[in-house]
Amino acid sequence: MGQTVAEKIFDSHFVDNPSGDIHVISLDAVFCHEITTPVAINDLVIRNKDRVFDPDKIKAVIDHVTPAKDSKTAMQGKILRDWARRHNIRDFFDIGRNGVCHAIFPEKGFVRPGYTVIMGDSHTCTHGAFCAFAAGVGTTDLEVGILKGVCAFNYPSTIKINIVGQMPEGVYAKDVILSIIGRLGVNGATNKIIEFAGSAVDAMSMEGRMTLCNMAIEAGGTCGICYPDMTTVEYLWEFIKDKYPTKEKALEEFKKFSPDPDAEYHDVIEHDVSRLEPMVAFGYKPDQVKPVRKMEKIKVDQVYIGSCTNGRIEDLRIAAQVLKGNKISDSVRGIVSPATPKIFRQAMDEGILKIFMDAGFCVTNPTCGACLGMSNGVLAEGEVCASTTNRNFNGRMGKGGMVHLMSPATAAACAISGYITNSSLYK
Amino acid sequence: MKGFSGKVLFLDRSDINTDEIIPAKYLTEISKEALKPHLLEDLQLDVFTRKKDIKGKSVIITRANFGCGSSREHAPWALEVNNINMVIAVSFARIFRQNMFNCGMMAVELPGQTIDHLFQLFSGKETLIETDLEKNVFILKADGLEEEVGFSISDFDRALVAAGGWVEYADAKY
Repeated sequence: MGQTVAEKIFDSHFVDNPSGDIHVISLDAVFCHEITTPVAINDLVIRNKDRVFDPDKIKAVIDHVTPAKDSKTAMQGKILRDWARRHNIRDFFDIGRNGVCHAIFPEKGFVRPGYTVIMGDSHTCTHGAFCAFAAGVGTTDLEVGILKGVCAFNYPSTIKINIVGQMPEGVYAKDVILSIIGRLGVNGATNKIIEFAGSAVDAMSMEGRMTLCNMAIEAGGTCGICYPDMTTVEYLWEFIKDKYPTKEKALEEFKKFSPDPDAEYHDVIEHDVSRLEPMVAFGYKPDQVKPVRKMEKIKVDQVYIGSCTNGRIEDLRIAAQVLKGNKISDSVRGIVSPATPKIFRQAMDEGILKIFMDAGFCVTNPTCGACLGMSNGVLAEGEVCASTTNRNFNGRMGKGGMVHLMSPATAAACAISGYITNSSLYK
Repeated sequence: MKGFSGKVLFLDRSDINTDEIIPAKYLTEISKEALKPHLLEDLQLDVFTRKKDIKGKSVIITRANFGCGSSREHAPWALEVNNINMVIAVSFARIFRQNMFNCGMMAVELPGQTIDHLFQLFSGKETLIETDLEKNVFILKADGLEEEVGFSISDFDRALVAAGGWVEYADAKY
């Protein structure tokens, strides 16, 4: 019988089947950040189990609140830093080298097709863009991952979404995933893997695919997965070129994890994007979405461009295209946070940061910050933010604040006009 | 092993997310106890008087997709430090459900019809639940009403509850 991507990955990492369809699998990478890891570290110390299964397979970053904003966040950073040093975890990224986890780890080549990855962060599903199984977990799963290099999951059941049609100009991966979440609902893929297939995905860059997979969790999905192709190989080539004689050979190897033609799916959905419009979330759930065009004229107090969803170079380029030669509205506070130092530097070299600053944006260092209302752009009660992030839950960006999720192009357009509106790139 | 009997808090809404259970601004806390006063602080629910309604409760009964959103284990911890060790719902978000059992707590699914029935019978009344882990039944009592409801959890989940969580289980086994 044919297999899905996740089934192939699970079978190649099998450790145990303790009961029913629970599979314990071995992990190729355990990612850590300073919010969920320190509690795991402290617990391991208390249990007299302060060990790591393999320091080279553990990658750590301080990203949620950086630089530290107070004594508590300084202590979280310190616990992670001290732990990384005492266990000789070489891939540890601190101030000056740190960026948003789901942007920096792929950028360093830490995720490969066929890999299994966990992290104490729900947006870990992002890394499935590389045809990996990557899942967000809680602190206890993370703790066991650090200690033993294993994690338990239900054997995967997969929904395949064929994204077909050519996307209209001014419509992006973010609009696609918002429309998919709107269709599935916040519960529509719970306990399921989502394979994103079809011509529209084939045409996407790795950045676009990461945006797509990033929000699989907003439909309840365990992981979003894209198939490996030459785009995947090109992105990873600098990290793998010593391992494979040619790019074609690498692709051949990676394609072992592509699904079989007769793989069995929980559901197969066709999603046509040829007439898709720029989308925006309203309300407090990410499945409450509609075309920007149908949104009433809502005034915006803050525009935030950044995060693990849309803080990559491609996102900044698109936003800059909209902003170029324009000033943002007097009533808007514009904040852009390039997701990693590499992206920051690229944006600087390409003149993108200048465009943002000329338009009136504040440029922050790479951090998760405002996305979850921790720092660098928390909303006051009653304020509205047009945001390229991933969650519009009540209070997410600050108590009493409202978050409207959208693409970087739409967010840039909102900054200029001062209310929720389509970008000039969408015609 | 933790206790799974006591007074019931009914939360009549689906999709209650982890930001509502414990807002992100408290994720800088390193002790679980510090989360205690902030449980369900941002819950969107019309009839809910937070401190009064949470007080003395040991079990939550709610609708579908409880615990969606962030992976934060602070959500089960915020329940745990308030002595709430079990949530009964139509369904759970995957990570939240796993986090509960990983902490030796219980997240038990019951069919939508059964949950509807329990809401009809008991919501708004001071309700007590007794959990029998050997017979796999809940007994709910209020105002002379009594209702017995069967449930099932997997052997793996049961082993995690018995072991007091996943760390001890995994370290002994793998």
